[in-house]
Amino acid sequence: MSKERIQISEDLYDIMPSDYQDLVKNATYGKEDRGWKDIGTSKELIEQHSLCAGCPESMAFRYILASLPNPEDTVMVGSTGCTSLVFPMVAVHNIHSLFGNQNAIASGLKRALSVRFPDRVKDVVVLAGDGATVDIGLDMTLQAWFRQEKFTTICFDNELYANTGGQESGLMQKGFVAKMAPVGKLFDKVRLPEIARESGCHYVVNCTVSKPSLVEKVIRNAVHIAREIGPTYLQLYTPCILEIGKNSMEGLQEMRDSEKPAERFAYKEYVSEPAKQLLAELAAKDKERKAAAKQLAGQASA
Amino acid sequence: MSDYRVLPGPEHFLPPAAASMGIRLPNPGEAHINGVIAPEEKAYEEAARQLLMARVPTIFPGPLVLWAWNEKAAKKATAIRHLFNTLKECVQTGQKPMLIPMPDYRPKYPKINPEVEINPNHPNLTIWHNKIDCCIFVGVHCHQANLSLKIIRGGTSCYTIAMCAQAGHEDAMLSFRDASVDKIMRLAETVKRLKGTVQPRLSTAKSGASN
Repeated sequence: MSKERIQISEDLYDIMPSDYQDLVKNATYGKEDRGWKDIGTSKELIEQHSLCAGCPESMAFRYILASLPNPEDTVMVGSTGCTSLVFPMVAVHNIHSLFGNQNAIASGLKRALSVRFPDRVKDVVVLAGDGATVDIGLDMTLQAWFRQEKFTTICFDNELYANTGGQESGLMQKGFVAKMAPVGKLFDKVRLPEIARESGCHYVVNCTVSKPSLVEKVIRNAVHIAREIGPTYLQLYTPCILEIGKNSMEGLQEMRDSEKPAERFAYKEYVSEPAKQLLAELAAKDKERKAAAKQLAGQASA
Repeated sequence: MSDYRVLPGPEHFLPPAAASMGIRLPNPGEAHINGVIAPEEKAYEEAARQLLMARVPTIFPGPLVLWAWNEKAAKKATAIRHLFNTLKECVQTGQKPMLIPMPDYRPKYPKINPEVEINPNHPNLTIWHNKIDCCIFVGVHCHQANLSLKIIRGGTSCYTIAMCAQAGHEDAMLSFRDASVDKIMRLAETVKRLKGTVQPRLSTAKSGASN
């Protein structure tokens, strides 16, 4: 959908609920340098959410939606889990898939969009939890990467099945005892970022969502690389504060603690050679654009 | 021909799809009234009569007309506003015409604000809240209109009219097909023509939607 089409019919404008009027007037569709700093000054693409108070996943959602480079032409594919409670409130096209087959859905979707809109950039972004990505949907996740499907996979890693009461997941850390996993995890956390790299992903990042500028950077990189080169994977730590026994205000600190150098969410990034080249080209273009804008502003003020 | 009639409810919690009861869609140039195929002329009269008789006649424009996808959508929006204005001019004191949008189909939770919008997943909330006893759907995608019409028939006593741009809706009590700007304007003209000839249901003790 082109952003020009996101217009309310003039004769019925006054009856539209204010959040829709606000979306048309103040959202950042089509803004080239949109990012997390727009939060608070423009209309966000998430109106409200039904997640728990203080949930780091809601922070992640807000940063991701603020950072997508092309939201009006992006389709997000979700899966069953806490994220599926949020998608109905999101002003970006989205599809809810069956539990685990999100990467298969995204493969078909991306291919169909490429055929239907050959002259338009259409991004597909998968956003699923660790159960859908690593346990139930691992087959579909890996096969999409093997086939070099051009879309981004984001895994919200909360290290267990959160909204069904805290069962053990493949990404749970060894020894962790959860409400529905009283024996404790017997084997190590699955090293999916490494598997992603070996499976052909061109950009892989493992981090928390404690720093919005970092989330913005990795989202933009992942989407641009997926668009031009091949699959990308982001594993973002979004702890479930309820299931790990924390209070609402402790989510941010939990992420900060988990990203220290020796911890399991210390920032790790892999970029393939073609992807490095692309990022360098994009950075050069960005620099040129900013210099031109600065020059223009200088001329205007003179 | 089926004996089943599509009538105002509340029918029951899960009313049958009218199609499964043998109700068929009208051919071009026709409409249906309570599930019986009728000439379009008659449907304009009946729809106008129902709107003028209702205590809270309401138009529910959907995303196909609320958003200016193209010039045709914008023109339909203008026609809908004209129909609403006509309705306001033609009703009597005590009647309260409303224009409530269905901006999209997202299942909004915990709930929508029934004063400002209607949602196809629980349209009965808006009907109940505003005591709507006659409504007309226009510019709603067919599958969502069907869902809404069935829920309304199941849980409320509201009379439903569908101004469908495709083949019509069996689940509405009255349905036009191939809706266009001209057809919406013609309905407005009929409302204007029948002004003063229809007795509103104001004195009825239990008017408005019920559950």
